[in-house]
Amino acid sequence: MNKKIVVYFLGWVLLIEAASMIVPCIISVIAGENDVWPWFLLSMGISAVPGVLLIRKKLRSGHFFAKEGFVLTALGWLILSLVGALPFFLSGRIPNYVDALFETASGFTTTGSSILSEVEAIGKGLLFWRSFTHWIGGMGVLVLILAIVPQGGGDKMQIMKAESPGPSVSKLVPRVRETALILYLIYFGMTTLAILSYFASGMPIFDAICIGFGTAGTGGFTVRNEGMLHYNTVSQVLITVWMILFGVNFNAYYLMVRKKWKEAFTIEEVFVYVGIIVVSTLLLTIGVMLTPGQGKEGGFFYSLHHASFTLASIISTTGFSTLDFHQWPEYARTILVMVMCIGACAGSTGGGFKVSRVILLFKEAKNELHLLVHPNAVRAVKLNRKTVDAQTLRSVNHYLILYVAIFAFSVLLVSIDGFDFTTNFSSVAATLNNIGPGLSIVGPTGNYSGFSIFSKLVLTFDMIAGRLELLPLLLLFSRKTWSKHY
Amino acid sequence: MNIIIIGCGKIGASLAEQLNSEGHNITIVDRNEKAVSSLALSLDIIGVTGNGAMLDVQKEAGVETADILIAVTGSDEVNMLCCLIAKKEGHCYTVARIRNAEYENEIEYLKQELGLSYVINPEKMCAREIVRLLRFPSALEIESFYRGRIDMVKMKISPDSPVVNTALKDLTRKVSAKVLICILERGKEVVIPSGNTVLEAGDQISFIAKPAESLAFARECKLEKLPVNSVFMVGGGKIAYYVAELLETLKKKISMKVVEINPATCNIIADRFPNVIVINADGSKKSTLIEEGVANTDFFLSLTGIDEENIILGLVVDELTDARLITKVNHMNPAEIPSGLSLGSIVCPNLIASNAIVRFARGLAGSHDFNIEALYKVAGGRVEAQEYEINSESVITGIPLKDLKTKSGVLVAAIIRDHQLIRPDGAAEMRVGDHVVIVTLADRKIRDLVDILE
Repeated sequence: MNKKIVVYFLGWVLLIEAASMIVPCIISVIAGENDVWPWFLLSMGISAVPGVLLIRKKLRSGHFFAKEGFVLTALGWLILSLVGALPFFLSGRIPNYVDALFETASGFTTTGSSILSEVEAIGKGLLFWRSFTHWIGGMGVLVLILAIVPQGGGDKMQIMKAESPGPSVSKLVPRVRETALILYLIYFGMTTLAILSYFASGMPIFDAICIGFGTAGTGGFTVRNEGMLHYNTVSQVLITVWMILFGVNFNAYYLMVRKKWKEAFTIEEVFVYVGIIVVSTLLLTIGVMLTPGQGKEGGFFYSLHHASFTLASIISTTGFSTLDFHQWPEYARTILVMVMCIGACAGSTGGGFKVSRVILLFKEAKNELHLLVHPNAVRAVKLNRKTVDAQTLRSVNHYLILYVAIFAFSVLLVSIDGFDFTTNFSSVAATLNNIGPGLSIVGPTGNYSGFSIFSKLVLTFDMIAGRLELLPLLLLFSRKTWSKHY
Repeated sequence: MNIIIIGCGKIGASLAEQLNSEGHNITIVDRNEKAVSSLALSLDIIGVTGNGAMLDVQKEAGVETADILIAVTGSDEVNMLCCLIAKKEGHCYTVARIRNAEYENEIEYLKQELGLSYVINPEKMCAREIVRLLRFPSALEIESFYRGRIDMVKMKISPDSPVVNTALKDLTRKVSAKVLICILERGKEVVIPSGNTVLEAGDQISFIAKPAESLAFARECKLEKLPVNSVFMVGGGKIAYYVAELLETLKKKISMKVVEINPATCNIIADRFPNVIVINADGSKKSTLIEEGVANTDFFLSLTGIDEENIILGLVVDELTDARLITKVNHMNPAEIPSGLSLGSIVCPNLIASNAIVRFARGLAGSHDFNIEALYKVAGGRVEAQEYEINSESVITGIPLKDLKTKSGVLVAAIIRDHQLIRPDGAAEMRVGDHVVIVTLADRKIRDLVDILE
């Protein structure tokens, strides 16, 4: 393995992290949080100094293969979370380092699970930092590095492949750097629009920006103790719309920018995504109407509004909430957990298993039935009218196995704490799929502070594994990755 | 520029690599998913899987915004169709590989009717290079400039040569031929020499001169061998065909023998060239070679379709005879072949063709003050020799060379004015209408004549 190039890029990761702390630090100064901003400065120093040292060495050999891409991504995200937790921990606003780590990993992986019960207590600077980690993590820090750091050599695609979600990652334009730049430009443009629309609907500017970051990265951290209920109905509708939009494959937006309308509006994955949203929202609406204290008094439109908000929040893996959906009927809660596991589209900022993988698995299963009737039949699996190659299908199948295995194992480990099954299952579902709130104790009104340190570490692992789609993190534990002899 | 390359074989891959490194945006198209994805991963380019002759696939590859479309699939007809569609659908220059000898006489017609901007025939270009080597047996490589009137010749200096231990500035005292030595390869080192560089035995030098002067120089260096009377070729494919065709036009008759295993291929050569002795046998067998008299030939050409076989053949024949060898490789990059094997001159049709296309692309991308007329990558791709025609006044014309601040590793090697080769000493200057040959280390990234300035 070319360790030098991995280390070089890790240097850049640290520098980006230091740079992204500048704005939160300034906000902290403005808000007069004198016990916070010095710690931001110290964290920036801790991040920037090794960063500068690591990138000073000029690279001689730029060879970059799949292995380096995976290892870099996994280590990059671990370092990002470990260092990003420092301002929380050093300032004492989150006194336990593991808690701070959980909160930061939850931010970068755009999960939005929190161990805080009173979010406003940590102060404006840290609230902004928390939300900003969503924005960075949404599109990916390594993609950002690819976009802004001039790089020779062409094999950097391996980095993008390792960090971007989805069964098959492809470039938009011939150059990796331009591809990364286009993605970030679309991302930046959409985020700006979202923030402006929130502000126009009456949100305070600080909230608009933080919630804007949260929706763009499909994260889910809030800045108010009462969550989304703090904002008016128009804002909530806007948030619903933006959450759905950020869960769509960004290829669709690129095609729109290129004015290829026909291709943009015929992406199969987006169709299924919208279909799931429409059907589940209607089913949930009935559920909300049946819930005492919520839709029973509120009526149909009240129920539709909150059902659509919740569903959009869950399927895009954002994790904002208005109503306590733990109160909903059992079937509605089951739908939510199922939608959690499906997640958003590949190539979006959302997490989860990804709609396109679900589509491919169903199509494969259908072919399998066909094969039982005609044992010698030859059938291709198609997505967007194009045959999907065998390697992609194989990796989707393997992904399912790994996903289930990690899911089950995590539930087992978390269950040691002795909570009920709903809590354990939904907490793993909510972290592995980067959603945020689960059910029962970790539901919309609860938080993750009740778990033991061990469980928090397991869930932190799940969040990062889920964001990076399992493989990079698992590869770190393989002897083959580090040995010279394999 | 946006460049689409259809066909992801050896030549397509080599083109993608070279054009990508020159900063163009490359899209490759091929039916073979594996070939596309592995190339697209290793280079910073994008791939489209599909039949490149389909409008749909070309649209996906972005033919509307492409500047050049290069069709280098295995089939001439597919290449022509690709270019035809691209011409109708986009506004790009089109380049097609057409190598079948049957189309040879219709190339101009095809170019016009299909709107082809450039047609390449790697095998024919390779045959031309082979014939140049045949006419000048002591050269290891010959590249031609100014439509063949100026050569750049690579030679090895033998220990008994009078130029050994001579500094370049004193060269005129030792030999009378006027040559300008512009590249020196010593071991693994490649340098652009200065006046103080001292030549040693075993050095490989490249110099620019008129053909007559180069022959004279070779004679003075005691390198010239007997004139070529016979050529022995193993492999009777397209290159052998074109070599035979070119040799036929020479005044001096050279006896040719072709050993080819495939009877149908034998018939094509035998039909077209009654004077060529065609043997239908397995040329990779030593006994066949001995039986057909390889021992008495002046030149031996290994031209089979398999690189490894050509290399082994070269080594075997080197043991059997004193003949000069020319070895064709197509799948390997000649620079990757271990040095120290006695294979004679190595020719690579794909590399010749992709160099020509890179030159074409540079010509389109470059300024209008200069036309790039020729581009050769020599010394394992580490040195480039470029020929420009100067069309109009610019910052480099009319200034004596000694006053031009040129980059290091760049040499103005020749100025050709009114068909005369001018020795580019410090007082010489470039003028409008001149042809200029510059020699530069490849990493200096000279893409246009003005790039030679600091």
